[in-house]
Order: sequence, then structure tokens, then C-alpha cells
Amino acid sequence: MAAIKYIAGKEPHPNEHRMIFRNVDRQGWDTSMKTYLAEGGYEQLKKAMGMEPKDITDEVKKAGVRGRGGAGFPAGVKWTFIPPNNTKPVYLICNADESEPGTFKDRYIIHQDPHQLIEGMAIACYAVGAKLAYIYIREEFPEGAKILEKAIAEAHEQGFLGKGVCGTDFDLEIYVHRGAGAYICGEETGLIESLEGKRPYPRIKPPYFPAAMGLYLCPTIVNNVETLCHVKHILDMGSEEYAKLGTPNNTGTRIIGVSGDVQKPGYFEIQVGKVTMGELIHDMCGGLKPGRKIQAVIPGGSSAKVLRGGEVFKIKKGGEEVELKLEDIPMDFDTLAACGSMAGSGGVIVIDDSRSISWVLNNINNFYAHESCGQCTPCREGSLWMKKITDRVVAGKAAPSDIDTLDAVARNIDGRTICAFGEACSWPTESFVAKFKDELVASTNPELDKAIVNPESELAAANLGH
Amino acid sequence: MDVPAELEKEIDERITHYPVSKRSAVLPVLHALQHHFGYISEEAVEWTAAKLELQPIKVLEVVTFYPGFRQTAPGKYHIRVCRTLSCAMAGSAELMETLCEKAKIDRSGVTHHHPIAVSEDGQFSIEFAECLASCGFGPVCMVNDDFFEKVEDADALLDKYRD
Repeated sequence: MAAIKYIAGKEPHPNEHRMIFRNVDRQGWDTSMKTYLAEGGYEQLKKAMGMEPKDITDEVKKAGVRGRGGAGFPAGVKWTFIPPNNTKPVYLICNADESEPGTFKDRYIIHQDPHQLIEGMAIACYAVGAKLAYIYIREEFPEGAKILEKAIAEAHEQGFLGKGVCGTDFDLEIYVHRGAGAYICGEETGLIESLEGKRPYPRIKPPYFPAAMGLYLCPTIVNNVETLCHVKHILDMGSEEYAKLGTPNNTGTRIIGVSGDVQKPGYFEIQVGKVTMGELIHDMCGGLKPGRKIQAVIPGGSSAKVLRGGEVFKIKKGGEEVELKLEDIPMDFDTLAACGSMAGSGGVIVIDDSRSISWVLNNINNFYAHESCGQCTPCREGSLWMKKITDRVVAGKAAPSDIDTLDAVARNIDGRTICAFGEACSWPTESFVAKFKDELVASTNPELDKAIVNPESELAAANLGH
Repeated sequence: MDVPAELEKEIDERITHYPVSKRSAVLPVLHALQHHFGYISEEAVEWTAAKLELQPIKVLEVVTFYPGFRQTAPGKYHIRVCRTLSCAMAGSAELMETLCEKAKIDRSGVTHHHPIAVSEDGQFSIEFAECLASCGFGPVCMVNDDFFEKVEDADALLDKYRD
């Protein structure tokens, strides 16, 4: 096969390992079935249809691919949670609600290589026994929804979907379902409620683990776009070869998006754990702007706990305690977790020393206050109060003691909510206060600590609050 | 409210995508109506409820929850500017300000999208959106269904749509 040529200026970095993004920004590539078939498209689906479903699940399990949507849970293991004595229909949902701030990867798969996703989904559906599947795509990808619907229609024409997939007796329908601008729909049980036509209030686990009680209270597998694409490549390479990519327990490749204060922000597909944070920022993204230093890095979408520039982490590796500088952290699941944060959805946001930390935290708090679904009191009230307090800090109207209040509000949210949004909204505040307390306090006014009147009511009286 | 036969046909087809529960079609039906009428009126809520055999409150509660549904008319061209961190760092607040100034939209008293701010001539409306998932290429915005990255020149963007 001739070497792949990419669009000028969009060539992959030499540190990249393009598998899922092989065709992204590729010269002469388009979203048509013809183009996809010309390069072995749907061959893995044909292969899968000749396999036992259980063997496919075993391959995915052995490959060790962990969910690319945020939680990093092994995808194959998730599939086995469908009760063995199940008699209900099984559904599969592709989570294409890409909405974690800092994350931009599924967008390119959907817009530039939709058949890769549909092939991966069809294989996964066959493996788990789902005859009806949905792609839950965020409303803000209208073009993406059209591209997927066209690709699905093409797959029908070719017999890869519909009655008798690839001439077998397995039937499969995939439909595109558009969200309506709510971040909480990325949470799998919220997504399911939304797909049932309701407000996306997440369900409590247990008992509502989707694999047992999901869509219409039937077993439902919810996987991220990128994760489902990996299924195709696992079948293509075999689980053993696939597991050689990346590092042990952190197998395969993943797409990392870097944004914020770097010279060349962008998306990079790397072998998990084979590139360090320093290589990513300094080599692949061209480093920081002249004269600037890293003040902070949010390593896995805005919900991930912030890491401080220059921070040294003491982590356990192979039974020994080792010291690791921020720049030396390998971009994998386990090390980032050991450093007190998470790989999350692969969205890295770099913040240099020109930025006001309170402004950054306030922007994040605004997001979560807006996106809390309002079902659980600690989250509904807490996310709003965190925003109100940082609004005050940014306006120079906060007292130093407000930072402690801010921290206390955050600590009263996580662990006290139905879904992980509680953690997602409180971890930024908790970690920013833990790592940047001096900077936050420096934005406050000590005079206000002496004020008898609660600044909040003072502001409210002046009609300055929201 | 007059739903054209063509639109109703499209909606009826969409409903078939949910063989287990018609209620699942609430979002797609509302999307189709909003695409055609620009927003979701009370009549649209009633119409959707009748179509899907639901009580109107089951539809209204969906409309009021999701930021993607509007209860007031937008401008001919509806702009959504990403407000979230990476775009904010790339200057989306400034972009919002310039777009409002150039399109003559008064956003005072508006938070996020309540209510949506519309220009006097009805050509443009604008709101903030949360993370549009193109964080490396901010500031990012959408105009109706069109998507734009690295938007630096507000006038050039508006010129694409000015009548």
C-alpha cells in the first residue's frame, strides 16, 4: 500500500501512532463507502460474523482496551456484565456526546471516518447480541449527524446493516439520536434517560447498571466513539498484537487533544504511556509561548484534578516509591491516577504563568454550575455556590476566608450525589484550592474578612449577584 | 401552527426509529420542529405531545431542560460562541463582545442564553454555548448549523451571512 499522505500542515507528529486517526486529515480521503471499502473496509465485520460472539468479547477483554470516554473501564469486561441468564433484548449505545471541556477527538472520527465507527459498532453489537443500537450524538454536531446517517444508509445498501448482516441471520439497525446541548447526557445513565425522551437525570447505581438495567430497563452497553473504533482494530491485529501497543494495563493507542497555552495545540494519537507530558507539551505542541512557564496542567478534561507546574509526584512503581516530575509523567491511565488526577477523556489543557488562576477556576465553575442537572441537592446548590464564590474572587470582592468556604462547599458535594458529576464539578475546586491556595487568596481582599455583613448579602443588596 | 406535510412525513419516519417507545422520539420531533419554526412554541409542545401520545408536560419539561431548545424566536442567523475554558483562553469573551457590537445585539442582562439576545433587525441572535469540542482551535463558534474555528474577524464572519 502506498504511503499515506496527509494534508499539508496537518501531518501527524513523528511521535504519533496513527491507527484510529489513520485517515484523519488524509489527502484524497472522504467519508464515502467506496473510499472505505477500497482499503479493507468492513472486512473485520465479515470476519466477526464468522466468529462466536463470546470469542469476540474474549478478544476485546484480552486486548485490555480501556474506555476512552473518561472512566477508563476495560471495555471487554463491561460487555460481560450482561446477566448470563438474560432473556430481554440487549441494546448498544455509542456515546458520541463529546462534551468534556478540553476534549476534541470523536469529532474527527465522526466527520472524517464514519464507517470506521459503524464497523466497530456492528462488531460490538454482534458480540453482545444487540439488534438495535443508537449513536447518541451531541446536538452541536449537526453535520456529523448527517454524515453518520448517510454512512448508515450506505452500510444498509451493502448489506452490512439491516436484515441479515453480511448474509447471516443476524439483524441489526443503527439509528442516530441527537442530544440537545446538555453535558449531563455524556453520563451513561443520563444519556439513557435522554434517549427515552426524558430529562437526562442520571440513575443511581446500583441497581441501574446499564449492562443489567439500561435502555427501557434492558441490558445496554454504552461505549465511547473511540472505544468502539478500537474493536475493529483488535479483530484486525488480534488481541496479542494489539496489547503490545502502549504499556501493560494501558494498552493500545489513544487520542490526546492539547489546548490552551501551547504554540501548536492539536490532536495526537499516541501509544498509551509511550509519550510523556513533557514530550507532548514541548515537542509535539512546540512548547509554550516565548518566556512563559507552565503554571498548571489539567490532564484529562476539565473534571480531572489540576497538576501544578514544577510539581514532583511520589508514586509507587513496581513496589518502589519513585519521584516523578510533571513533565516526566507518561500519558497513561495508571500513572496519572497515581499522581492524584486522571487520564479521563484525553483532553489536556495547558495554563501558563500569564493566567490568573482564579479566572481559570471561575470559568470551570461557571461550566459546572450551568451543567448540573439539578437532581441532587449537594451538586445543584454546591456547583452554583462554587461559581458565586469564584465570581466574587475574580471581581476582587471576596474575603480570604471565602477560599476555605469554597473548599468546604466542594468537599460536601463529591460522594454525595447520584452520578459522577458530583466529583466532576468538585474536583477542579478541591484541586485548585489544594495546589493554588496562595494564588487564590492573593485575589481576595483581607478587609472583607472584618466586614460584619456577609459579602454575599451585600452583593445581593447591590443587585450584583446572579 | 401549520406543520407542512413534508415535515410531518419526516417526523413520522423519525418516530419509526424508536420501535420500543414512541416517547423516545421527543427530542427528534422537537429538533425537526425547531429547525422549521426557529423555536419551540406552546403549540409545538402541544403538537408533539399529541403526536407521541404524551401529556404536554412531558414535552415541556424536556424543552425547558435542554439548552438546545429555544422558547423564543432567534434571529435569522443564530450564533453560538463557545464560552468554556480553552476558547475563553483564546479570547471567546472578546469575540462575543465584538460580535454583539458589530451585529448590534444588546446582551445586557443576559446570562448564557436566557433570553436569547436578538439584533434589532432580526438578522442575528447570539448566545454562549458550553464546550463545542474543538478546544485546540479556539475561539470557536457556530452560525446556525455551520461551524467555525479560530474566529478572529467578527466582521468577516457576519459578512458571510449579511443580506
